[in-house]
Amino acid sequence: MSREDIQSGLAEILEEVAGVAPADATPEKSFTEDLDVDSLSMVEIATAVEDKFGVAIPDDELGNIKTVGDAIDYVESHQG
Amino acid sequence: MTRIQLRKGAPGARIVGLGDYRPRRRVTNDELAQAMDTSDEWIRSRVGIAERRWAAEDETLVEMAVAAGGKALAASGMAPDEIDLVILASASLRAPIPGIGPQVAYRLGIPRPGALDLNAGCAGFCYSLGLASDAIRAGDARNALVIGVERLTDVTDMSDRSTAVIFADGAGAVVLAASDEPGIGPVAWGSDGDQFNAIEIAAGSSTMTMAGQAVYRWATTKLTETLVEAMERAGVGPGDIDVFAPHQANLRIVEQMTKKLGFGDDVVVARDIVRSGNTSAASIPLALSALLESGEAKSGDLALVLGYGAGLTVAGQVLVLP
Repeated sequence: MSREDIQSGLAEILEEVAGVAPADATPEKSFTEDLDVDSLSMVEIATAVEDKFGVAIPDDELGNIKTVGDAIDYVESHQG
Repeated sequence: MTRIQLRKGAPGARIVGLGDYRPRRRVTNDELAQAMDTSDEWIRSRVGIAERRWAAEDETLVEMAVAAGGKALAASGMAPDEIDLVILASASLRAPIPGIGPQVAYRLGIPRPGALDLNAGCAGFCYSLGLASDAIRAGDARNALVIGVERLTDVTDMSDRSTAVIFADGAGAVVLAASDEPGIGPVAWGSDGDQFNAIEIAAGSSTMTMAGQAVYRWATTKLTETLVEAMERAGVGPGDIDVFAPHQANLRIVEQMTKKLGFGDDVVVARDIVRSGNTSAASIPLALSALLESGEAKSGDLALVLGYGAGLTVAGQVLVLP
C-alpha cells in the first residue's frame, strides 16, 4: 500500500473517531497539539488502524506515534 | 465406604433486595480544578464525570457496608437470621487482616454466617454475585448478602490528576434468595493476568496507578466477548435486555460497549459515573439503585451487568432486577 493510500485511510479513521476534517490530516500534524486528539482517542485510532491495515500497535509503541506522519511511517514499515 | 452427602440446592437464585450508601460529601469538577491542574471540560471529555462522592473519616468501609447492607436487608423483607452467607467485595482495605465481612455481618445482626472478603478489583461485585448465586444453587446457603464497598480516595494519589479525578467512594448491596425461577444467569468470567500491573498499588506504595491507555484498550476490545458469553449462557439475546449496567469506570467505555453490543434507545444504559465517579466494586449496585430510584428501570427488568478491573479480571451476568 502506498503512502498516499495509507494517509487517506488514516484520514478516514481520524474523521470517524475524532471528527478531524480529512484535509487537516496531513503528515506534519501532531495528534494532540494540532488535531486535539486525546490519549483515549489515540487508543481508538490505534485499534482502528490495526483492523484496517493489519498491523499491531502495542501500547508502548503507541507513545512514539506523535504525528500523522509517524503513523504513516509505522504502518508502512510494519505492513506485511 | 461412607458416601459424602450433599445438601439439596435450589433451582435458582434471585435478587430480592437492593441497598446503597452514597457518602455525604459531593465533590464537583470545579472544586478539583482549584486543587490540581484540571478543568470541568477536561474531566467531562476524558471520563464523563461531573461530580463524585468522597467519604469523610466517619464513613468507613464498615459503616458504609453496614448502611448499604441494612438497606438491602430491609428492602428484601428478610430477617437477619435468614442470611447464612456474606460476601464483601472491596479492593480498598488499608489492612489486609482481618477481612471486614464478618464484622459487617455481626453489625447487621446476622448470626454466625459464612463471611469473607473478595478482592477482584472492580469486578468484585459480579464475582461475588456469581459465587453467592452458586452457593444457593448448591444448597450451601439459603440466602446471601453481597456487598461492594470502596474508599478509593484512601488509595488515590491526589497529585496524580489522571486518577484523582476518577476514583470515589460508596457502597451497594444485594440480598439473594433461593427461587424456583432463576433470577441470576450463569456467570461469564475471565482474567488477563499478563496485564497484572496495569492497575496496581505497587509494593511499598500506598496509592494506585493505572495504565489508562492499556486498560481502555482492553476494556473496549476484549470485553465484548464476555458480555456476549453472559447473554449466551443465560439463553437470552441482546434484544431481550432492558438494562445495561457495566462497571462505571469511564463514560467513554460505557458508550463504546453499548455501541459494540448494538444496544439502541430501547435499552436503558447506566451512566451513574456522571454523578458518582468510579467506585470500583460498588459501582454496579450503585448504578442499579440509581436507575430503579429514578424510575428509568423497573422491577422485573432484565439487566446485563459486567464488572472489570485490576488483575485484570472480568465477570458478568444477566439478572432480573428486584
